[in-house]
Amino acid sequence: MIKKECIAMLLAGGQGNRLGILTKDLAKPAVPFGGKYRIIDFTLSNCTNSGIDTVGVLTQYRPLKLNAYIGTGQPWDLDRVNGGVYILPPYIKGKKGEWYKGTANAIYQNIEFIEQYDPKYVLILSGDHIYKMDYSSMIKYHVEKEADCSIAVINVPLKEASRFGIMNTDNNNKIYEFEEKPKNPKSTKASMGIYVFSWDILKKYLQEDELDPNSEKDFGKNIIPKMLNDGKNMYAYCFDGYWKDVGTIQSYFEANMDLLENPPIFDLYDIKWRIYGRNPIQTPHYIGNNCKINKSIITEGCEVLGNVYHSVLFSGVVVGEGSEIKDCVIMPNAKIGRKVKLSNVVVGEGAVIKDNCTIGYGDIKPNVLYPNIYSSGITVIASGIEISRDTIIGKNVVVEKSNFDIKYLESGEYLSEEEVS
Amino acid sequence: MKDTLGIIYAAEDDTQIREITKKRSIAALPFGGRYRLIDFTLSNMVNSGIKNIGIITQNNYASLVDHLGTGKEWDLNRKREGLSILSPFAVNDSIGWYKGSIDALHSAMGFIKKGNEKYVLISGTHMLCNMNFNECQNFHIEKGADITVIYKEEDIRKDKLKKYTLLQTDEDGKVTDIEAYPSIPKSNKISMKMYLLEKELLEYLIEEASARGYEDFVKDIIIKKIGKLKVYGYPYKGYLARIDSINTYYRYSMELLKKEVRDELFYREGLIYTRIKDEVPAKYSDNALVKNCLVADGCIIEGEIENCILFRGVRISKGAKIKNSIIFQECEIEENAVLDHVILDKKVVVKRGRTLIGTENYPVAITKGEVI
Repeated sequence: MIKKECIAMLLAGGQGNRLGILTKDLAKPAVPFGGKYRIIDFTLSNCTNSGIDTVGVLTQYRPLKLNAYIGTGQPWDLDRVNGGVYILPPYIKGKKGEWYKGTANAIYQNIEFIEQYDPKYVLILSGDHIYKMDYSSMIKYHVEKEADCSIAVINVPLKEASRFGIMNTDNNNKIYEFEEKPKNPKSTKASMGIYVFSWDILKKYLQEDELDPNSEKDFGKNIIPKMLNDGKNMYAYCFDGYWKDVGTIQSYFEANMDLLENPPIFDLYDIKWRIYGRNPIQTPHYIGNNCKINKSIITEGCEVLGNVYHSVLFSGVVVGEGSEIKDCVIMPNAKIGRKVKLSNVVVGEGAVIKDNCTIGYGDIKPNVLYPNIYSSGITVIASGIEISRDTIIGKNVVVEKSNFDIKYLESGEYLSEEEVS
Repeated sequence: MKDTLGIIYAAEDDTQIREITKKRSIAALPFGGRYRLIDFTLSNMVNSGIKNIGIITQNNYASLVDHLGTGKEWDLNRKREGLSILSPFAVNDSIGWYKGSIDALHSAMGFIKKGNEKYVLISGTHMLCNMNFNECQNFHIEKGADITVIYKEEDIRKDKLKKYTLLQTDEDGKVTDIEAYPSIPKSNKISMKMYLLEKELLEYLIEEASARGYEDFVKDIIIKKIGKLKVYGYPYKGYLARIDSINTYYRYSMELLKKEVRDELFYREGLIYTRIKDEVPAKYSDNALVKNCLVADGCIIEGEIENCILFRGVRISKGAKIKNSIIFQECEIEENAVLDHVILDKKVVVKRGRTLIGTENYPVAITKGEVI
């Protein structure tokens, strides 16, 4: 293989529990986002736009859709003669074989893959953030600082700092301390989960960590603290653009809504930094005669005959006459009937909502089963199901299966697949 | 479609659509918000199972070549077969400019002979339809035809006679006569200029016609062989958009605003593929007002649009009012501009407050890159 200066390893194995039923049958990086993308498109496009042409994608949770989506990597220009994109699931090695036990272990299990390219640096990424970042300047920074490890950080408001891993640095941005979710944060530099390591050093730490029975095999919990302890040269790389962790229903929803502002909070229309993805093969979208479309993004293949306000419509969505869609995220190929009212609803891929339904109106009550996941008022309709006509559904409701005879779901209810009703 | 070589004749006469084909061949003419005319024939061939396709080009083929690339969007970037672009080049007696369709096919003979296919399907690019050619091939085999010409029965418009090639057939579908550009129509079976025949026969016919100095495939081969060969007409019954003038271009574009037409043309037998641009979804601002429009990805709409087709990456500023118009890729309409019955070619900028008004029968067409 031809030697590469830097290759990227993208951690895409997380289950993404806090996205609730959005990740019921697909991995978090494969969740649709922003009208025509999937979450992983942002990281993969960043790689391509930064000149990184070798990317290992580590998967283990429901990888089918993600694998199919990535395919040869052609949409991101990652189908290369030397390098390109590789899906790296855990595999049996000799007598041994196991799942990825943590982020560090996942990289450890793929040392062989990395060594093929004999890289000087390895960029560790996660597939669940929405941002545009030039990794090549971070690598340049890493080289200039003669660092062993560089960690991308973003300034967060002080009151939110305790939700993040916080890097305490000197004036020169050298990290002297790392605190995971500190009660009293000393700094506002939150780790973005993006690391550049000098490969020889990382390899040594991964091998040592693997032998430590008390380690959780995690970058944040084990590798980074250990390296700091050993007095390694670690630097914070400050990033000041848009960055959003879309790990919860609320933040996923907000990040979608951020695309609708004018001027945009997060600009997808920047031709110098395009986001690539697999394009649907669809006609331009059609907007009918009697509808109002405002503050929304609408993708090819849509057929809109109703009103749409402040919403994101993915490709192939149909909105019937007299319907009103407000503050919604409607995923690919969902069909909304006539005279349907939706507010604060995430509609899954290919879901069907029949005529005269009203969804997302009512009291605000957290969800009965999972109050931690569904409490921000957003109702979620699972992919592929059908909501029969005249159904009324409140806020924070989760509908996991077609509702048949149930015509009313109060705020906070959970219509689950397992339930026999 | 088994065992068939596809030949797309993209060197068609385009004098009637000069304004929008000045800098491109008709095959590369944008249509329907994100397509180019050639996408339809090419996708139909691919959807019918043709795996080896050659495209004969003549003038202004840069944008066509750019559009087709390696053919990957049509799944034609194959090791075996795939897409070949046959551009004119000076060989022996040829001067790099085809004298006619026979000359063009003769120049492509190297490519045609190389293929192992039994049949060859020849088609132009300006008849837009969504057709599976398999039925036509079955018809061809069943009838034991030597040449099958695809036609569509339509109402004859007197003013368009100059553009028609009309077929007369017997009850069995056998062609009894063909007239190119007749002044008195004898039938309403209009040729779609798509031909199916065995490759060996084509090779023979072209060599023979070329040796005799003939120029036109229809007049000098098809018409002359009626009676000598078994020429059959295959009736196509689906939707057809025949783009042969700026008026028909405008009219058929506007028909796309009807759902049933979109369903027929874009989805009936298979999807129509085109070059991918990685555009962002279209964005509508707070002031946008939209009625009966077809809008491609990458557009940003802040003004008013009604009965329009917007290609990828069009910007409509606040206060602009656009009606009954077709706006090509990456045009910019500035604040308070007014457009009605207008066709804007790629990258046209209409400055603040300008007005352009055409009529339904005579839409104003603005050439590529102009600033108004």
